[in-house]
Amino acid sequence: MRWYAAAIYVFLYLPIALIVIFSFNAGKYAMDWQGFSVEWYFKAFANPFALKALRTSLVVGLWTAVLATSLGTLAALGLERMSGWPRRASDGLIYIAIMVPGVVIGIATLIAFVTAFNLANPFLEGLFGDAAPRLAMGLPTVIGAHVLFNLAVVILIVRSRLAGLDRSLIEASEDLYATPLGTFRQVVLPMLAPAILASFLLSFTFSFEDFIIAFFVSGPDSTLPIYIFSSIRRGITPEVNAIGSVVLAVSLTLLIMAQFLLRDRTGSRGARGDQA
Amino acid sequence: MAEDAARKPIVVFRGVSKFFGEVAAASDISLEVAAGEFLSFLGPSGCGKTTALRMIAGFEQPSEGDVFLDGVRVNDIPAYRRPVNMVFQSYALFPHLNVWRNVAYGLLQRSPRPSRADIDRSVARVLDLVQLNGFETRRTWEMSGGQQQRVALARALINEPKVLLLDEPLAALDRKLRREMQIELQNLQRRVGITFILVTHDQEEALSMSDRVCIMRQGRIVQIGKPTDLYDRPASRYVADFVGKSNFFPGTVGEVAADSAQVTVASGVSLPVNRFGENMQLAKGDSVVLAVRPEQILLTRSAESLPQDSVVRVESRVLNRIFLGEHTEYLLSSEGLGEFAALAPRQSELVESPFETGEIVTAGFRAEAAQALAAD
Ligand SMILES: Nc1ncnc2c1ncn2[C@@H]1O[C@H](COP(=O)(O)OP(=O)(O)OP(=O)(O)O)[C@@H](O)[C@H]1O
Ligand SMILES: [Mg+2]
Repeated sequence: MRWYAAAIYVFLYLPIALIVIFSFNAGKYAMDWQGFSVEWYFKAFANPFALKALRTSLVVGLWTAVLATSLGTLAALGLERMSGWPRRASDGLIYIAIMVPGVVIGIATLIAFVTAFNLANPFLEGLFGDAAPRLAMGLPTVIGAHVLFNLAVVILIVRSRLAGLDRSLIEASEDLYATPLGTFRQVVLPMLAPAILASFLLSFTFSFEDFIIAFFVSGPDSTLPIYIFSSIRRGITPEVNAIGSVVLAVSLTLLIMAQFLLRDRTGSRGARGDQA
Repeated sequence: MAEDAARKPIVVFRGVSKFFGEVAAASDISLEVAAGEFLSFLGPSGCGKTTALRMIAGFEQPSEGDVFLDGVRVNDIPAYRRPVNMVFQSYALFPHLNVWRNVAYGLLQRSPRPSRADIDRSVARVLDLVQLNGFETRRTWEMSGGQQQRVALARALINEPKVLLLDEPLAALDRKLRREMQIELQNLQRRVGITFILVTHDQEEALSMSDRVCIMRQGRIVQIGKPTDLYDRPASRYVADFVGKSNFFPGTVGEVAADSAQVTVASGVSLPVNRFGENMQLAKGDSVVLAVRPEQILLTRSAESLPQDSVVRVESRVLNRIFLGEHTEYLLSSEGLGEFAALAPRQSELVESPFETGEIVTAGFRAEAAQALAAD
């Protein structure tokens, strides 16, 4: 049994370990170890295409995180007031949304965007003539698709924290003369803060490392994962390994931070987020 | 305080009912609480005590009837605009705020907001009142149960509410601390003069702390009165059983006179009874129960040492003896009364040595000790 478990771990982590190890390879070819060096990291950070992709990914990630977190939190608060079958139905839909494979979301959003643009563009042309803006794939479409699949994650995390919120705290606040808005600001929001921050970090991470969805809906500017994919076609170099290692480090750091935030430290009845 | 009838009522329930679906958590409750009074709601679990309290706080709206606070009908006034404060059973302290911020919470909601100096002064004053000075910057979850309890009290008292509502505030404390807090609460209430309404299912707590106790059963008030009145003149078997211990002897009414009646207990002992439950009309042949407090039953080895006016004298066998410190409780069995309990003060054992299990003693009580109640 123990060997079996060990084999599973090797199987899971060996490829990742290899990427990290070979990102420090002094040689020119990915799998041909020539000695330790960090030169590929410098090369990667001097590569204007890689840097541009990194910037794109950061912009997409930040926008996604901001939009998904704020919209998702509002949705979670709204859902909290529902009960009966609408509540059960929306709960079910959220769980399903999380399980929808990336390819499906990619194709679906692509079709949706293309259809919408095909409808909107002639209309805009008619409205503004030659000066009309032409809607096409670009950063906004990537952000839109990313917000879409992160919303469910955010709703789930905030909702579980909300469910764990002690009702009597809200009543105590009202009892002490706080208006509903005051109670929201002084009790609900601070109690939700860790969950909201964790949602932000998670949605940033999921957006930052997403390849499949971005592959379908991105425009001329490629995100970092797409850049990696396209450079692999010219051969796997230690530089790609270095970039991959950076993505891995960023993602892991944020995921660990989010996990830490979702832990319950105050002893209050806050629920753990069951994601991540 | 309750006897000060001239004092105006601060809380009034007029025909209040509250339904949760099928369940009637409160049925037709009418009640007046005088300003400055210490009133307790006492009753078994699920009888609607918390619901009554929450209707005063504003967390539940009555399904029927009206609630008045200081002369104002508050049915439609939300909790945050009612001049009452509540101490929650779980304390409900804000875990993300320190003690100072928890206590100052109510003052910080006022508009215009009082000056920082004023708030500081008020916080210091109430923390002094509950003996928690120096705890201002503590996190509430780092404090002991008793300390959290005090923070919850301070947080409510700082607002000088017209009524302080306490929902089983001591239930989570251990016995000794609970006893201390009971005394402290009572002293505190006298000092601040605020009306206290306490919910509890601990009869000792209710009797020892309150000016008046309101006994509830299945959403209804069954009796309300001073602790001594409830103890001495329970209106029903339910109250007699709930407040203190009582022996119940089923009996039948014989001859009825103006202010007394002859009652024959099941096994033949007949005695004159001159105390009846509230509004009780006795007629010949009625079934009643006679309630006799265990401490009213005297035990002795020599029948002639019983008081002259003892109306009942029965030979009884000691079945069991429980030493309770200042009292000894005996379980006895007799031909005339069946099984019953008697409570003998410790002092008597210095005069007469304790009765042994199996010993035959004479038990007796005076006519005033027995109260006739409806047999329900
Ligand atoms: N929000 C609610 N929804 C449905 N039923 C309720 C609700 N609150 C109370 N009840 C019901 O009303 C009845 C009275 O409840 P309440 O909490 O007032 O009892 P209580 O006397 O405080 O009991 P305890 O000593 O156990 O706290 C119970 O039968 C309870 O199940
Ligand atoms: Mg209760």
